[in-house]
Amino acid sequence: MGKTAAEKIVSAHVQGDVKAGDYVVADVDLAMIHDTTGPIAIRAFEEYGKEKVWDPSKMVIVLDHATPSPNERISGLHTLLRQFASSQGIRLFDGGEGVCHQLVAEKGLVVPGDLAVGADSHTCTYGALNVFSFGIGSTDMSGVMLTGKLWLRVPSTMKVDFHGAPPPGTYAKDLMLHLIGRIGSAGADYLALSFGGDTVRAMSISERMTLSNMAIECGAKVGLMEADEKTLAYLKGTGGRTPRPVWDDDDAEFASAMEIDVTSLPPQVSCPHSVDAVVPVTEVEGTEISQVYIGTCTNGRLDDLRIAAGILEGRKISPHCRLLVCPPSRKVLMDALAEGLIFKIVEAGGTILPPGCGPCPGTHQGIPGDGERVISTANRNFKGRMGNNKAEIYLASPATCAASALEGKIADPRKFISGAP
Amino acid sequence: MEDLLTGRVHKFGDDINTDYIIAGKYTKTLDFTTLAEHVFEDIAPGFAQRVTPGDIIAAGSNFGCGSSRDQAPIAIKYAGIGAILAKSYSRIFFRNAINQGIPAFLCDTDALQEGDRVIIRLEENRIELPDRGEFLPLTPLSPVMLDILREGGLVEYLKKNGTYVLEG
Ligand code: SF4
Repeated sequence: MGKTAAEKIVSAHVQGDVKAGDYVVADVDLAMIHDTTGPIAIRAFEEYGKEKVWDPSKMVIVLDHATPSPNERISGLHTLLRQFASSQGIRLFDGGEGVCHQLVAEKGLVVPGDLAVGADSHTCTYGALNVFSFGIGSTDMSGVMLTGKLWLRVPSTMKVDFHGAPPPGTYAKDLMLHLIGRIGSAGADYLALSFGGDTVRAMSISERMTLSNMAIECGAKVGLMEADEKTLAYLKGTGGRTPRPVWDDDDAEFASAMEIDVTSLPPQVSCPHSVDAVVPVTEVEGTEISQVYIGTCTNGRLDDLRIAAGILEGRKISPHCRLLVCPPSRKVLMDALAEGLIFKIVEAGGTILPPGCGPCPGTHQGIPGDGERVISTANRNFKGRMGNNKAEIYLASPATCAASALEGKIADPRKFISGAP
Repeated sequence: MEDLLTGRVHKFGDDINTDYIIAGKYTKTLDFTTLAEHVFEDIAPGFAQRVTPGDIIAAGSNFGCGSSRDQAPIAIKYAGIGAILAKSYSRIFFRNAINQGIPAFLCDTDALQEGDRVIIRLEENRIELPDRGEFLPLTPLSPVMLDILREGGLVEYLKKNGTYVLEG
């Protein structure tokens, strides 16, 4: 009997041979905390009375959720994190560097075959790099900081294979929204998702990260993908450790398998207030929108900004809505500057925010007003998510969001894309 | 943690996410009593004021889905909730609740109603509805979760053991 990639990676981190359902204590290759979850983890760690974390070189701290700080309370938390990082010798990315998940991938802090944890639910993003990575709470993180280990139950694997080329106007985000709509917000609870198929193989690393990023939105622990030449090329030059890629054996035992043909999939929109309330864009076209947000660890990378700028170029956004654009890292911002994308976005009427989470977690920027509707490239649309429980959030691809900014209404991006059906 | 817990039920539905438990805008703090003041604010205004210490949350499936924020179980704990019952939990929240020392158990909550008096009999793996003379079975926790809970949470557990100890 073969093994799943999840079973193989966990086996390598317990120096044993595990199968789905086993309870194990696994070694951790990377532990990440940020400015929302880090302070509680540090507080809990301090209770153990141990001076140093298990291995500062395997930790990273990112200030991204509320940077630049909007008030003195959060400034205090930032100071606490900076002091902890310097006293422990832990690498810290300060405000303006970018969103934690983008930085971990971009800086090569993980490599295929790793087991990584982050005190953030979207830590599953690095599954796109063949990393068994998942979110944990701050207190669990304090245990990792103490021991370098974590107990876990080895998940069974649900295979999802995408086939065919998506039609013009349909992107990785649409595929993932479609999947979540189909299986529901608990559809992969306690499972490892394993993404494959020719569609995924044809995707860029950035597009793959969009899929893996949202694995948690259907409850999955991880959203794994195979490491191929694109993965290795992406990580080359980041100075990361030696990759140890693994993949599912054909004769491994899977919890379930699903094949999705994407050749005629239209752009998708997730409606308030639940990520799995997914419909084709045509069903909500014309819904008035007050604010558009393009950014986040899900969908703000260079290719996303290219798609958005392509639609915005030479046009003006509707006077009835605002367009906020937040590159998820300094590198993405610089690349977008060099390519002239930022100019196009700003000329069309967009506002550029400093690299970080931006308005996504509802803490400090771009909080919508009462009764306003927002369309966003983020991964979550729960009530109150962006800081106001009287606002509504729709989720869509950068193309659908850019098109909606032009019309001030939810718009079908295919109108603005040549060759689209 | 004690083997016998008694409280009144506050009923919630399915898919209660961590943003509903405590909104992201309140999470950036180490002052846990302020978290408790805003618990469930977006979906059950005034909840914090209605809680008598020891009360029990009875939720549907996928309770605690969404973010990994420990602030969610912390807000519930500081609001005075003594235990959580749900048909199923989102994975991260389930761990986080146990790590905070909050008794969180799996059972079919359909039969429970707002205001019901409930006695959780952990030793017997069941809950009692004394006013109706009924019992409902509890799904046992995994041994490691039960160990962490019995110590009162992960910090106490690790202070005692120094690392994770799995049976078998
Ligand atoms: S961009 Fe949004 S989803 Fe991503 S880490 Fe930041 S707050 Fe979380």
